[in-house]
Amino acid sequence: MFIPVLAMHIPDGFLSIPVSALGWLLLIGIVAIALRQTRQQLGDRQIPLMGILAAFVFAAQMINFPVAGGTSGHLLGGTLVAILLGPWAAVLVMTSVIAVQGMLFQDGGLLAIGFNATNMGVIAAFVGYAAYALVGRVMRGRPGRHLIGAAVGAWLGVEVAALATALELAFSNTASLDIALPAMAGVHALIGIGEALITVAALAFIQQTRPDLIRGSEASASRGSGWIAVGLLIALAITLVSPLADPNPDGLERVAEDQGFIETAQQPPYEILPDYTVPFIESEAASTILAGVIGVIFVVGVSYATARLSKKRRGASGSQPI
Amino acid sequence: MQFNVKDRPSMGDTPLHALDPRMKLVVAVLLIVGIVLTPERALPAYPLLWALVASLAVIGRVGVWRLARLGTVALPFALAGLTLLFTTPGQPLATVGGLTISDAGLLRFVSILIKSWLATQVSILLSLTTPFTDLLGALESLGIPQTLVLITSFLYRYVFTLNDEADRLRQARASRSAAPTYGRGGGRWWWRAQVAGGMIGNLFLRSTERSERVYAAMLARGFSGQMRAIAPPPLTWRAALPGLLPLLGLIVIEVLARLWWNG
Repeated sequence: MFIPVLAMHIPDGFLSIPVSALGWLLLIGIVAIALRQTRQQLGDRQIPLMGILAAFVFAAQMINFPVAGGTSGHLLGGTLVAILLGPWAAVLVMTSVIAVQGMLFQDGGLLAIGFNATNMGVIAAFVGYAAYALVGRVMRGRPGRHLIGAAVGAWLGVEVAALATALELAFSNTASLDIALPAMAGVHALIGIGEALITVAALAFIQQTRPDLIRGSEASASRGSGWIAVGLLIALAITLVSPLADPNPDGLERVAEDQGFIETAQQPPYEILPDYTVPFIESEAASTILAGVIGVIFVVGVSYATARLSKKRRGASGSQPI
Repeated sequence: MQFNVKDRPSMGDTPLHALDPRMKLVVAVLLIVGIVLTPERALPAYPLLWALVASLAVIGRVGVWRLARLGTVALPFALAGLTLLFTTPGQPLATVGGLTISDAGLLRFVSILIKSWLATQVSILLSLTTPFTDLLGALESLGIPQTLVLITSFLYRYVFTLNDEADRLRQARASRSAAPTYGRGGGRWWWRAQVAGGMIGNLFLRSTERSERVYAAMLARGFSGQMRAIAPPPLTWRAALPGLLPLLGLIVIEVLARLWWNG
């Protein structure tokens, strides 16, 4: 999974200048809010805690586990940090991590830091946290809800971040959306499983050894209606924008005409993904997009139903005579 | 990602090392912007841009070929753009397995590859000739919020410590796991993911505990929420002037590219 992780770190040259600028503007705005929020929450501890946990994410990404065919997976971490510390803290931690990866390791470009941090920091944290809070609410009172929520959140965070990456490339006209979107969605559906497993295992370990650290996040997740709305809005916006965003409509028709297309496109010069090209070669492009849309509609439907139910319950209990 | 900061000395006494980090950062970003903005069809501009980057590498004693090799690190990402070969409308050039490569598609794909390669070299050159702490100082002078810069400097301060911690965890795992010389190791991949997850949870606990210790130590030294540092000297024209040279080169190349080679 080493290379697909790279596939989320956009290098310079792949985003157009307006798209890069938009990414920076988004990031600056969100980081400014995140700074204020974590400052209120943590006070003086903000700097050492955020900084050392950013170093933690960096080091945690070094812990790999062998998967198959000589590849190995590792954590991205956005959702894990969001669950443990809250989404605003995760934004700061991940922005810092991605800035260092870009500036020091050229893992992602300098101009691309704006969107790289937005994808892997903001989107992964917000969407992942929203899904975590939503599952926690739906399964209220049942054991295992936090771990299930974490699994759903980690998977969805990675997936939506990957979709956003594909969209940004398509808007920059450096990849054709009809290929890049299902490819990114397909590969990251697998990577997301690894992310979900590691996130759940890490949380389970922390729950056993330091339950006090988890308790705080549970309390904040239980009043996370705003987060659920924000995260789902992001997920929905990205999924809905994707079919509308194709800057090159000729591409779709041509690809549809040429059946053997994808196999040819995966030929060398860069045969780096021999194991990861398989999932999206086998699955059809259209079905992957469809799966994504159905997934988001499902999540939104569940959240809508939950919101209505909880509103009704509140209304009912309010009107009852005491 | 490779953890190879240690064999990347960023100290030196070349004019490139001596250039004010604020200026260097601005110049690097502008160079990257210029490279990305180069019109695709302006083919003569690309060797000139490379010559500009290479001459900076010579000044900074980085090694032109080494830099060119390091610059390829981002190229696997080009897989994402490979489809442009076939989907960009244009004159058909060649047919590969029933697919037609258009001239416009080839031009676009190759130009993205070259631009990415050149931009990555600029970014590497910046990190090879500027100590990271100077770079952070430059970011702060250029308006990045101080708290974010401080968080990042803490990341840089502790990433080596925590990486050693992760190394110890990995070593412990390796010493308790038999690795056969043939065939595959034990356990299913989801079981291995669980082990990795447990290690990461453990690393998180060690990190939080360390952050508590560090915070206590900071309080003991009188930390009151403010980080005090010596203000960087004001940027004088004299210090900034050498940085204008590569920008001048860039402007000449870009003007030529737009006026003559964009036909």
